[in-house]
Amino acid sequence: MSFLQKVRNWLDERLEWDDLIEPLRQKTVPLHRLSYWYFLGGITLFLFVIQVLTGILLLLYYRPGANEAFESVQYIMTQVQFGWLIRSIHSWSANLMIFTAFAHMFSVLFLKAYRKPRELTWVTGVILLFLVMGFGFSGYLLPWNTLAFFATKVGTEITGQVPLFGKPLMIFLRGGEEVTGATLIRFFGFHVAVLPGLATLLILAHVLLVQRTGMSVPPKLEMGWKANPGAKREMKFFPNFMLRELMAWYVALGMLGALAALFPWNLGVKADPFSSAPAGIKPEWYFLFMFQTLKLIPAKVGFVDGEVLGVLLFGIVGMVWLVLPFFESDDPSRTKPWISGLAVFALTYMAGMTLYGYWAK
Amino acid sequence: MLGGGFVATAIAFVYPVLRYLIPPKASDLGSDAVVAGHIGELKPNSGKIFRFGSRPGLLIRTASGDYRAMSATCTHLSCTVQYRQDLHEIWCACHNGMYDLNGRNISGPPPRPLESFEVQVRGEDIFVRRARES
Repeated sequence: MSFLQKVRNWLDERLEWDDLIEPLRQKTVPLHRLSYWYFLGGITLFLFVIQVLTGILLLLYYRPGANEAFESVQYIMTQVQFGWLIRSIHSWSANLMIFTAFAHMFSVLFLKAYRKPRELTWVTGVILLFLVMGFGFSGYLLPWNTLAFFATKVGTEITGQVPLFGKPLMIFLRGGEEVTGATLIRFFGFHVAVLPGLATLLILAHVLLVQRTGMSVPPKLEMGWKANPGAKREMKFFPNFMLRELMAWYVALGMLGALAALFPWNLGVKADPFSSAPAGIKPEWYFLFMFQTLKLIPAKVGFVDGEVLGVLLFGIVGMVWLVLPFFESDDPSRTKPWISGLAVFALTYMAGMTLYGYWAK
Repeated sequence: MLGGGFVATAIAFVYPVLRYLIPPKASDLGSDAVVAGHIGELKPNSGKIFRFGSRPGLLIRTASGDYRAMSATCTHLSCTVQYRQDLHEIWCACHNGMYDLNGRNISGPPPRPLESFEVQVRGEDIFVRRARES
């Protein structure tokens, strides 16, 4: 008996290991021409793990505080061996994770995978997407450079525009009336403690829901397979799908390593709260569509300030997005075309505004 | 009775935590009047950012040699504005807001004018103070 077999038997005697992994053996993944979209959630999870690991490594040298943060990141990038690479991987992986999270969300929308009984999977997923953007926003400030300083100033000011509780929320986020070292300390706390804790709980819930409800198939296929069960094609999750997923992770890792090494992430210029916002200032690409929209809304729309209107609109859209599955029909033959239309519009709007914001002066 | 006890316990623990989350108010000492610059520091048609309490202010020397001062915090989303020598106007780089030399919002998203300050030249110093309510 091999050593591994002995370990396995030892575990099985105490934990009934075989019973625990039995559901994984039974689990199957539907096989069709769009099956490859199933990889996106797993890739996002993989990038999250990379974020946690590189984040822990950065914590060994990073010092929060307005007088130390920039210098400590500079130290990581110039003095610590491979520090530049670890920081670059952390930054690139963050951006790729946000991209794959958005891609995963749109794939779920277009394949109509949010339908009954997967409404809660969608809700936890959308909250996770918001959390991921929160990770991006809070982490962006941590090097305490000029771009990050003004992005935080604008971002937290946007929160302050929310009627009634906006101002107290802004003061809570900033740790005062202005963006200062107190804001940096708070954002550090959100980034390394609050958000990872919440995200881990939600990821567990999301993955458990996926296990419980199984993989969805597009409505047309679902009806076809129901009418003709012989046409149904599936593969075993373990090991068949798992090995394919591992290959996808391997490709993602290769891309990440290449991007991080060939295009190391810049540090920029140290933030000076008493300097003007530099020309050409823009937020990270995933906030660019909102930035550009706020830029285009006139100062006053009727009797409402333009930025208040913009913030309210984004807030309402975010809430509708969260509960989108509850508007969908339970019957796969009667899915609501307006939801697909809304998804096409949202994707076109976000992509269009992002490109417009990227090229606009 | 038991439920009421639990609620009271919860409030007794949650209230201090909520109060703890709100930062203490910072005192803004000595921000009524500051020295924003010195004679000769600014050429005509130029501007500089100065510290006015905990916030940035903008001191401008117009092409004709007058001094003007105002808050440098954009009324749109609080970015710090700058003087544009090429346009003779005040510009916010964040969302392309424009103000004239009196701080009036003239284009882009800013909804209100910049708060203007009084400027006094005393000796070599340029003093800036909050405009008195008329």
